[in-house]
Amino acid sequence: MLTALLIGFPLLAALLVFFVRGNAARNLALGFSIIEFVISIVALLQFKSNPDAASLKVDWTWVQSMGIHFSAGIDGLSILMVLLTTFLVPLIILSSFKNTYSNAHNFYGLMLIMQMALVGVFLANDGFLFYVFWELALIPIYFISLLWGGENRGAITFKFFVYTLFGSLFMLIGLIYLYNHTNVEGLKSWAVQDLYAAGKSLTASQQSAVFWLIFIAFAIKMPIFPFHTWQPDTYVNAPTQGTMLLSAIMLKMGTFGMIKWLLPMVPLGLEKWGATAIGLSVTGIVYASCIAIAQKDFKRLIAYSSIAHVGLISAGILSLNQQGIQGAMMQMLAHGVNVFGLFFIADILWRRTGTRDMDKLGGIRSMNGNFAVLFLLVVLGSVALPLTNGFVGEFLLINGVYQYGAMTAVFAGLTVILGAVYMLRSYQHIMLGERKDSHHAFGPLASSDKLVLIIVCAVIIAFGVYPKPLNDIAEEATKIVLSNLK
Amino acid sequence: MIKLVALIPLFPLIGFLINGFFGKKISKGLSGSIASVSILASFVVSVLVFVELQGSAQKQHIVNVFSWINSGTLIIPFEFLVDPLSTVFLLIITGIGFLIHVYSIGYMHDDEGFSRFFTYLNLFVFFMLLLVLGNNYLITFVGWEGVGLCSYLLIGFWFKNNAFNNAAKKAFIMNRIGDLGFLLGIILIFITYGSISYTEIFSKAGTASGSTVTAIAILLFIGAMGKSAQLPLYTWLPDAMAGPTPVSALIHAATMVTAGIFMVVRSNVFYSISSVASETVAIVGVLTALFAATIGLFQNDIKKILAYSTVSQLGLMFLGLGVGAYSSAVFHVTTHAFFKALLFLGAGSVIHAMGGEQDIRKMGGLKGKIKITFITMLIGTIAISGIPPFSGFFSKDEILAHTYEHSKILWLFGSIASMLTAFYMFRLIFLTFFGKFRGTHEQEHHLHESPNSMTFPLIILAALSVLGGLLGLPEFWELPNWMHHNLEPIILRPTYSTMHHETEWMLMGIAVAAAIVVTYFTYLVYRKYNVLPADREEQMKPWQRLIYNKYFVDEFYDAVVRKPLDALSRLCYKFIDKEVIDGLVNGVGLAVRGVGSSVRYIQNGNIGFYLMSMVLGVVLIILFTFLIK
Repeated sequence: MLTALLIGFPLLAALLVFFVRGNAARNLALGFSIIEFVISIVALLQFKSNPDAASLKVDWTWVQSMGIHFSAGIDGLSILMVLLTTFLVPLIILSSFKNTYSNAHNFYGLMLIMQMALVGVFLANDGFLFYVFWELALIPIYFISLLWGGENRGAITFKFFVYTLFGSLFMLIGLIYLYNHTNVEGLKSWAVQDLYAAGKSLTASQQSAVFWLIFIAFAIKMPIFPFHTWQPDTYVNAPTQGTMLLSAIMLKMGTFGMIKWLLPMVPLGLEKWGATAIGLSVTGIVYASCIAIAQKDFKRLIAYSSIAHVGLISAGILSLNQQGIQGAMMQMLAHGVNVFGLFFIADILWRRTGTRDMDKLGGIRSMNGNFAVLFLLVVLGSVALPLTNGFVGEFLLINGVYQYGAMTAVFAGLTVILGAVYMLRSYQHIMLGERKDSHHAFGPLASSDKLVLIIVCAVIIAFGVYPKPLNDIAEEATKIVLSNLK
Repeated sequence: MIKLVALIPLFPLIGFLINGFFGKKISKGLSGSIASVSILASFVVSVLVFVELQGSAQKQHIVNVFSWINSGTLIIPFEFLVDPLSTVFLLIITGIGFLIHVYSIGYMHDDEGFSRFFTYLNLFVFFMLLLVLGNNYLITFVGWEGVGLCSYLLIGFWFKNNAFNNAAKKAFIMNRIGDLGFLLGIILIFITYGSISYTEIFSKAGTASGSTVTAIAILLFIGAMGKSAQLPLYTWLPDAMAGPTPVSALIHAATMVTAGIFMVVRSNVFYSISSVASETVAIVGVLTALFAATIGLFQNDIKKILAYSTVSQLGLMFLGLGVGAYSSAVFHVTTHAFFKALLFLGAGSVIHAMGGEQDIRKMGGLKGKIKITFITMLIGTIAISGIPPFSGFFSKDEILAHTYEHSKILWLFGSIASMLTAFYMFRLIFLTFFGKFRGTHEQEHHLHESPNSMTFPLIILAALSVLGGLLGLPEFWELPNWMHHNLEPIILRPTYSTMHHETEWMLMGIAVAAAIVVTYFTYLVYRKYNVLPADREEQMKPWQRLIYNKYFVDEFYDAVVRKPLDALSRLCYKFIDKEVIDGLVNGVGLAVRGVGSSVRYIQNGNIGFYLMSMVLGVVLIILFTFLIK
């Protein structure tokens, strides 16, 4: 029941929010999203005390003739992803408090629908249901970007929509292909375990085809080099809260998808094409980091840094070992929090100064020391300094990739250096030096802004110093993933 | 007390938190006192731990704090190791750290960032203590990167100055280059031995193949090159002098930069097995020692001279490590910590007296005006120049004697570097303290000795610089070499001199004679004939200009690394990303849209993506039916 509640509650909340006007919509959305967070904490506690509890699973027949079930459940991997979502959505809503949106009720309503779809993606245990949620998640973000985005939003959002939809269709073909090969006492099935079995029964060349069909969808979503060109424009043009949804949570659909909906199905396909996919991922790390160095627009810089980070996550997953996959899980959480923090900082800068051009910014530290400290902490998390949340994942990831190949790890590890180059450079440009006259005084932060940043920084430190609660879940979840690979 | 070893890093952490959160609300006096007392408390506990370990038969104590990162067979607890090596470093860090905190209360007194300074300084000590206390490579790495962060924050302490900010950024990035090597080394250790805990892996180090051990040792050494400013990753250290002078003394001379030495000594098992790695360490070390010493000859910034001197001395320590004289290197770390901290703090006192002036060409004749500073700095200079019976003589002699046994060529280079030390240090002394005053009237009027909080640490450090040699008296004098015996348990193959006593006496004699001759020569040049360094570059000879400009290494790095990276970045962004990849994507998009618009024509005008999805849907259905068949 908890599972159904986790998916259903945001939908219900959204429907209510659509009918409320003004600031009430925003406050209501925040309240509902906090309740959703509480529900997920209950689910977490339930899972910790008994991972096999009946309340964590739901399985209703949907379309009997085609073997489609509304089947969803909580396991180690999904509870981590759900927690990331339910933790970030209230923060994303709170982070919007100083922005004014026309038709705010629609904005927040769509956000909650988005949350429903995301939670659905992470919990679905039925291939068809997974696909439905996957596509459903695209619709609210499409409207959010289109209606509240920056200039040029029409063309950019269209490209984003078509590109990702295009990828998803390949995935659908792949899933249907697997579905056609399922055989449960003579019947076909969409159940995830049955799809695993079906995939493993295929020949190597069939598995290779399925691998590419599904991988492309995930690669576009994350995105992985060279499927990334929709991303920087979309991130820059979407309203910041939309960008947060996209980068902090939605891209994890891709990495999550690889772990749950790709690896266990096509072991032979991976054997054949895994190296290529890792090659693309690692190329993306170096390539996107390089590009980030030359960016002047802070938001675009974060967008490229995200491509670099996700490339490492993808490489870790594809290295198919304990450290790589567990590191990927930990880094998915850390990246979600950190990239949210960075985009929020970009938003605050934009609101206060009217620019994101780093050449025009500078000297803010001497005007607002607290902001400087909080910004620095997010930067440190993002460059994976030890005792921040980013380090645990990054260390395990590079470790996992090293076990795959030493030279690959050297290239992947360049993120350690290049990340410091572009992050410190941007911090210096924006915060340090003499104050520039071109922008207004940068006074104290609004209390809602401060609260959000303090929460983010507290999480960055807390899970860097003591990652155990989450890390234990990731460790067990990885063991299950690896056992499914066999 | 050993059980309570976690208190040692805890006190500075508490100091950091108090100053970090409330520093601006409390008075400067309180802020500085909290910071200093927290280090003093750590020092007291360190002494107690040290004494207990000395009296204990068991030389390794593991103290578990909490469970940190687990991943399958990779188990990394947050765990401390109390052993002879870590306790020596504990005493250096907290002891000298305390003195420098006290000194900073005076030095930073008028700075508006006073409490921020102590916040960073406490945090630094915390991370430095983690670095030396960790019982596995990852805890050491935590400290390692943490001190890098503090170094970044303190170099760029005056953050309104972008030249300082650049120096800070450069330090962090160059260190990160080394850190990547270190990190990969740690991972290779885990893959090879299934653990990264010191107490587990060293005993089975020999089970791996020789080439793997070499790879591990070299990767770790890359980390050491960054942190301890060795060729080719040394250029950040001279720039790091942008930070306040107490920072240069504590971080960029006495403690942080010796982390590389610590790490190699900690990992001495690998280097004992791999002679390739050891030779590499020795050669890099001696080259750095020589290279940096020559640059030091013609610098005019008092702090820059000391910075190059530090790089050079670190090179000598690595030379010692490379020839297997691990305890001698630690001995030199210790004495160097005394006299180099002293010299930097003395330089700070000079700068303080001169109202911020750092150029020794504008000083002169200060000895009567700032007596305590002069005498203590002179002691530091004698110590670093290797003149007996001051501390530097003993530690340097040990390294060079072991080097001689290993290779006469390395010994020769090491000895030359050592002679150059005497030259540039006495040059500093003569130009700063002797002759006529060359600054402005205003400066002359302002000249004064520093407050007690600053001279007190100078006096203590001067005493230590004189007496430090007692920690490692030469074995061939038949006197106890405490350092050597202390570290014996943690070193796989302790080195014992097999040379004849005559040879050892001869080497010692050569070293002393050389130091004295060079000192006299310096006296002639800068005191008797009053030669002054050229004011402008044009007055220099070409070779002097080359050295004065630090062999143009920074410019070289700029041309071969930074500029190409920037160009590559722009190329990737503007051409490959925008034109090639996105062009391809848009091309595909246009083609699809072409199909879409023709379909739209037939259908009489449905719009946008609705149609597009429909088309794709049709394609899908076709494929679907095709596949089911």
